Amino acid sequence: MTKTAEAIVIGGGIIGCATAYNLAKLGCKNVVLVEEKYLASGATGRCGAGVRMQWGTEPNCLLSRDSIRMFESLEEELEYNDSIEFKQSGYLLLAYNEKMVEQFHKNLGLQHKLGIPSRWVTPEEAREIVPHLNIQGLHGATFCEKDGHCNPFKATDAYAGAAKRLGVEILTYTRVTNLLKYGDKIKGVETTAGTIEAPMVISCAGSYTRELGRMVGVDIPVYPERHQILVTEPVEPLQGPMVMSFYHGIYCQQVPHGGFVMGLGDPNEIKDYNTDSTWHFMQEMAAKITFILPVLKELRVVRQWAGLYDLTPDKTQILGAVAEVPGFYVAAGFSGHGFMVAPVVGKLMAEVMLGKEHEYPIDMYGFQRFASGNLYVEPSVV
Amino acid sequence: MAECDCSNQKEQKERKDVTVVCRCEDITLEKIREYIDKGITDLEQLKRLLRVGMGPCQGRTCTPLIIREIAAVTGKPLSEVPLTTFRPPTAPVKLGVLAGGECDD
Ligand SMILES: Cc1cc2nc3c(=O)[nH]c(=O)nc-3n(C[C@H](O)[C@H](O)[C@H](O)COP(=O)(O)OP(=O)(O)OC[C@H]3O[C@@H](n4cnc5c(N)ncnc54)[C@H](O)[C@@H]3O)c2cc1C
Ligand code: FES
Repeated sequence: MTKTAEAIVIGGGIIGCATAYNLAKLGCKNVVLVEEKYLASGATGRCGAGVRMQWGTEPNCLLSRDSIRMFESLEEELEYNDSIEFKQSGYLLLAYNEKMVEQFHKNLGLQHKLGIPSRWVTPEEAREIVPHLNIQGLHGATFCEKDGHCNPFKATDAYAGAAKRLGVEILTYTRVTNLLKYGDKIKGVETTAGTIEAPMVISCAGSYTRELGRMVGVDIPVYPERHQILVTEPVEPLQGPMVMSFYHGIYCQQVPHGGFVMGLGDPNEIKDYNTDSTWHFMQEMAAKITFILPVLKELRVVRQWAGLYDLTPDKTQILGAVAEVPGFYVAAGFSGHGFMVAPVVGKLMAEVMLGKEHEYPIDMYGFQRFASGNLYVEPSVV
Repeated sequence: MAECDCSNQKEQKERKDVTVVCRCEDITLEKIREYIDKGITDLEQLKRLLRVGMGPCQGRTCTPLIIREIAAVTGKPLSEVPLTTFRPPTAPVKLGVLAGGECDD
């Protein structure tokens, strides 16, 4: 049986749900979202839930700055009668050598130009912000009080609920198995529940975007990479800000529920779809975090898991139309920071697809940049 | 003393209809039924929206009870209600112990 739609969104993570909602909000009548498993089953439901404006490139600063402003009023916009657990208690980014100090000052310059209220803090000031911080070896840090946390399951649920109320059809446990073309143009998708035809298809499928691109003969450079993460038992409020160290490759935040969520980037990770949890991660994570935040050694780990980053060569997302296949769009390659930019990305993608005006330099995010060599290499990632 | 008993009874009465299913996260049967009634019959979804099964026991206590509720509503046999993934560690472990050099108590 063949269905028809005005637009098909592939992927039920935060990006797909935000895009589907915005398409419907802008008047697109018949939007179908197709998700292989359940909503937020991919990176979204596995992420660190942190949101920050403190980035090192203009594309990332812009998207995150404006998304955080949107998170502030997202519950009202989406008429969500639960809480998305958005809190702004800052991000403290630690610098452990001169090179980092230099990079952080460069980042601050860019951030200030874009109106981001971040600032340099000395080790002593850093300890005033996070009293249990071990400042041994610390050269300084940057802090932005507007950064913080938001619950990814709830935010996705809020977008999906609002999208449904606007008429979006959400198909879960349905996989897209092929993309269909008519001449050069996109014609629709084949799924495990039949064919759906539509003149517009967008991939919000994380790393699987590469596979989808191949089905229509385009090479979209997005690679999966496992990242592991854990959560401790909940305790009384102890730490407001996210603490992040690029030197150790770690981040750690106490979430509103009381548990500490922490993760680690492993430079030796192989680029594939593996999401197994390892004992090695637990030990390395524990060793590093108990050095930086010694009081945490008393906390018990309740759960560990892993998810995939969808990495691009410059660690900046790929957004926009795929010129080779009219009607095919991509919002992927978030390289470990797609949750925090979802409010703007969902809106922007809907505007681009429907030919509306938008306020962002979309070409900056296009994947044609990899051919032209005009990259935006993001220095500040774990 | 009598007053004490009285307020106790009142509290008992107020909580009469309250059955805590997930003891780790303090989630009631009523709350779970409310979500199932909204059409959320996927244990993975319930876990993520309500935190059931996310406590230190990882659902050992509550999962069987919730599965029974889902089965009753969906008409599926118990064995066909999909379970969630069990995440390590099997028992909570202190970060200090994992980091080495400390004994668990
Ligand atoms: C450990 C970890 C920590 C992170 N921490 C943060 C953080 O603190 N802050 C932040 O902003 N970001 C963080 N991220 C990144 C963030 O999770 C992602 O960038 C973001 O969730 C991307 O959302 P998405 O909707 O693009 O992708 P996903 O949530 O992965 O959604 C893609 C969906 O597409 C579906 N899909 C794939 N192929 C198909 C198909 N063929 N048919 C149908 N459906 C399909 C998948 O099932 C999946 O649900 C982290 C990621 C990880 C792994
Ligand atoms: S009783 Fe539900 S997680 Fe322990």
